[in-house]
Amino acid sequence: MKTIFAQSVPGRCAWRLNSDAPKASEMLPEGLLRKKAPRLPECSELDVVRHFTRLSQLNYSVDANFYPLGSCTMKYNPKFTEYVAGLPGFARLHPMMAQLEGGADCAQGALRCLYETEALLCELTGMKAFTFQPMAGANGEFTGVKLIAAYHKAKGRNRKKMLIPDAAHGTNPASAALAGFETVNIESRDGMVDPEAIVAAIAEHGEDIAGLMMTCPNTLGLMEVHLPRIVAELRKIDALLYYDGANMNAIMGKMRMGDAGFDVVHLNVHKPLATPHGGGGPGAGPVGVTERLLPFLPVPRVSKHPDGRFFLESNLPQSIGHIGPFYGSFGIIIRALAYMLRLGGEGLTRASEYAVLNANYLKKKLENVLEIPFRNRFCAHEFVASAPDGLRALDIAKALLQRGIHAPTIYFPLIVHECLMAEPTETENKETLDAYVEALKEIILTGKADPQALQDMPTNLPVRRLDETAAARHMVLTEDMG
Amino acid sequence: MPYIPHTPEELHEMLSVVGVRSLDDLFADIPSSMRPKHFNLPKGMSEAAVCGHLEQLAAQNCPGHVSFLGAGFYNHDIPKAVDALAGRSEFYTAYTPYQAECSQGTLQAIFEFQTAVSRLMEMDCANASVYDGGSAIFEASMMAVRATRRRVLVVDEAVNPIWRAMLASYTSSLDVEIKTVPQSNGCSDVNALLAAIDDVSAAVIVQNPNFFGVVADYAAVFAKAHEHKTFGVISVYPVMQSVLKTPGEMGADVAVAEGQSLGMSLSFGGPYLGLMACRKEHIRQFPGRVVGRTVDVDGKTGYVLTLQAREQHIRRAKATSNICSNQALCALRALIHMSLLGPEGLTRTAENNMGLARYAVERLTALKGVALLNSAPFGSEAALRLPVPAADVVKAMTAKGVVPGYPLGRHYPGMENVLLLSCTEVNSRGQIDKLAEIMGGLL
Repeated sequence: MKTIFAQSVPGRCAWRLNSDAPKASEMLPEGLLRKKAPRLPECSELDVVRHFTRLSQLNYSVDANFYPLGSCTMKYNPKFTEYVAGLPGFARLHPMMAQLEGGADCAQGALRCLYETEALLCELTGMKAFTFQPMAGANGEFTGVKLIAAYHKAKGRNRKKMLIPDAAHGTNPASAALAGFETVNIESRDGMVDPEAIVAAIAEHGEDIAGLMMTCPNTLGLMEVHLPRIVAELRKIDALLYYDGANMNAIMGKMRMGDAGFDVVHLNVHKPLATPHGGGGPGAGPVGVTERLLPFLPVPRVSKHPDGRFFLESNLPQSIGHIGPFYGSFGIIIRALAYMLRLGGEGLTRASEYAVLNANYLKKKLENVLEIPFRNRFCAHEFVASAPDGLRALDIAKALLQRGIHAPTIYFPLIVHECLMAEPTETENKETLDAYVEALKEIILTGKADPQALQDMPTNLPVRRLDETAAARHMVLTEDMG
Repeated sequence: MPYIPHTPEELHEMLSVVGVRSLDDLFADIPSSMRPKHFNLPKGMSEAAVCGHLEQLAAQNCPGHVSFLGAGFYNHDIPKAVDALAGRSEFYTAYTPYQAECSQGTLQAIFEFQTAVSRLMEMDCANASVYDGGSAIFEASMMAVRATRRRVLVVDEAVNPIWRAMLASYTSSLDVEIKTVPQSNGCSDVNALLAAIDDVSAAVIVQNPNFFGVVADYAAVFAKAHEHKTFGVISVYPVMQSVLKTPGEMGADVAVAEGQSLGMSLSFGGPYLGLMACRKEHIRQFPGRVVGRTVDVDGKTGYVLTLQAREQHIRRAKATSNICSNQALCALRALIHMSLLGPEGLTRTAENNMGLARYAVERLTALKGVALLNSAPFGSEAALRLPVPAADVVKAMTAKGVVPGYPLGRHYPGMENVLLLSCTEVNSRGQIDKLAEIMGGLL
C-alpha cells in the first residue's frame, strides 16, 4: 500500500486553523526559524480516513481473530472502558492541576480514582501500597528492582547480584542491569526454579544477593511448587522476592503475592485487567510493595486527609524519586479500574478459573498433536509445546496465520525446543478452541506430507514472508532513507 | 458472567475432558500456605453503574475551567478523526507486530510515524517511540554514554525540571554523573554550557523552547560538543518545532520530545509519547522498537521490526535498553494528527499560539508590577514576574475558574513571583481579556 506521504499533494490541508496571527517570521528573528516547512503529508480528511481505515484492515486483532499469543493475555477488551477513559473530566485534566496550591480541589475525582484503584490492587495482590508511575511492565520491573536496591542501601548494604531464572522474560535481566545489578542465571529443573540452585547461588554469592525475580506461574505455564522453600532460603539472607506480574491472569483469587511471600510486584494491566494492547502500547505497570518497601516508593503519592479530601504527598525522603512525570498512564489505569469494578472479586476469580480451564482443555486436546512437556501436570493459563519432529514452530505459526488465526508465541521460553506457547484466555468459547485444534491437526498433516507447503505460507495475507535480513542490512527506516 | 462465554453444559464437558471435577481442582499446584489470607474485593457492578460512578468522579475535575497551564504538557484541539481512526479496534486490540504478515497495518503506520518524526526534526531516522518525553531524555543520554564510553551528562537547568528529576532517578544506580548548568533569568546560559563541555562529557542536553518558553539556537553548543566528540541532545515541543530551527539544522545527534501535543489528550498525566530521532551513525545505539522497510518472497514491499539484536528479548542484560513496548497507539495518534494538520495546519497552529501568547503578555504587562522575566524571544509560552507570589495568584484565580499558569518557585528558588503562562488554540482573546481582568483585580 502507498504510504500517506506518497499520497500527499502540495496545497491540500484537512485542518486549517482560522487565525489572524502574523507569520512566525514577524514574531521571531529569522535565525531562530526553520528554513523549510516540515515535509508532512498534505491530504484531505477523507484521504487520511481512507488510508488509515485501509491500514487497519491489514491487521489481525482480538476483535477479529483468535489471538492465542502466549504470555500476552489477549483477552477481550470491554468497550465501555474506552468510554470512561474519554470522559472530558478525565481526558482534559492537566496533571499539574493537582500540584498547584488549591488545585487539588479541581482534581478530586481523578485523585480518588487512583486511590480507589490502589485499594483494589492491594486487596487483589496482598500488597500494602502501589505506585502507578511505571508506564509499562518493563518500566515496572525497573522500578521494582530500584526499590530493592534502595531497601538494601538503607540498611547500609551494597548488594550487587540479582538472581534470574533461565525461563524469565528478557526484560528481567535488562531491567536489573539498568538498576546497576549483575544478574545470576538460575537453571530450571523439571520446568521450575530449582530450590537447590537457589541454595547453591546463596552458597556462592551469599549476602551479595539482593533478590530474586520470579514469574509465577512461570513462562512454561507451570506453578512454582517449591516457592515456600525458595522464600524461606532467601529470607535467611534478607534477600527480597520480586514478582513479575506477566502471568497474573492465572491466579486471581487463588493466590496473592503478598501472602505467598513476595515483597514487590509489577502488574501488566493490559493482561489480567483487560486494557487494550494498542498494537504494542501504551501499557501501564503499577508496582506494589509490602510494608518494608513503603518508604522508598516514587513520589508523588496520592493520600487522603482525615476529612476525606485527596492530596499529593511528595515529602518522602527515602523515595527513589520520579519514575514517570506524574501519576502513570492514568488513561489506562482508569480502564483497569472500570474493569475491576465491573467484575468485582468474584468476576476476577472467575476470569482466572476459566482462563486456566481453557488452557488445560486446549492442552489436553493437543496431547497427540504436538509434543507437550510436563503433560502430567495441570498448566496455568498457558502451556508450552514443541513442534513435532521435522517441523518448525515458525512454519506452524505461519500456517495458522493463513487460516485466520494469530500464531501462539514462538521460540519463547528459550529453553523449550521449537516452542509454541499458547494462551487462549477466558473470553474464548469452546468452538474457537476446537477449531484451533482442528487447524493444528490439519497443518501438521500437511507439513508431514509436504514440508514445503508450510514453508510457502502464508499466501493469502497482504504480504508473504518478509526478508528480515535485508531489512537489517539496508536499514530503510523512513521514506527518505530508501 | 461478563465476558465469559461458557454455558454450564460446556463447562461440564470441558472439565471432564481435562479430568477434573471442579474449576478449583485445576489450582491443586498452589500450596495451601500460598492461598489468599483474604480476598475482600467488592461485588461486581453493572456497566451502567460503573459508568455512572466514573462520570460522577470525572465531573469533579472542573472540566469547565479556563486554563493557561502548560509547562511541557498542553491542551490542544484534537481532530475527532484522530479518535475515530485510532479507535478502530483492528489497531487497538492488536499486539506487538511480531507476526509481520498479519500486522502490516501497525508496521506501516510505525514506519510512517518514524518518517514524520524524522522530517519534523530534520534528523535521519526515528524509532517507534518510548514512554514519554522524560524517558526519551534518559534513553538519549544512555545512547551517548554507551557510544562515547564517558559518564558525564551536561544538562541545562532550563530543561523541564520534571524530566531532570526523572533523569536523576534513572541514573542514580549507574556510573553516570549529572552536571547541571544554571540557567540565567530564564535563559539558557550558552557561555556556561560551552565552558562545561570537555573531553569527559558524554552529552550536552538542552531544550527548545526551554522550560521558560524561551527560544534559542543551540548550534554553537553542538559545534563545541562535536569538537569534544560529545553528543548534542535536544528536547523540543513538536507543535513549535513546525516553525523553529530544527535539531538537524543545529547539528544535534539525538532529538527527543514529549509528543503529547500531537493528538494525545492531557489525561491527568498519561499515556504520553516519547519521540526519539537521531543521526544515521547512531542507529545501533537506539533503544526499543524500530520498523524497517523490506520485501517479501515475491518482491512485494512490506514492513518488519528490525535491528532486534539490540533488544532485551535477544540481548537480555546486555540490551541497549530494558524497554519492551513502545507507545504504539499514541504513535499512531501522532501520525494521524500530523497527517490531518499537515505542514500548514501545524505551522498555523504554532503561529496562532505565539500570537495569543504575545497578546496575553501585552495585556498582563499592562497591569501594575507585572513584567516579562527577560527580553529573550519566546514561543507560545512566557514567564512573567508578578509583584506577589505566583502560587497565591494561581490559587485565588483557580477558585474563580481561571488557571493563569504554573508558578515556578517550587523548582527555581528565587522565582517565587514568576508565573509561566501558556497559550494554545483552545484559548481565545476573550479568555485572555478575562484572565487580565481577574488578575488585575487581585494585584
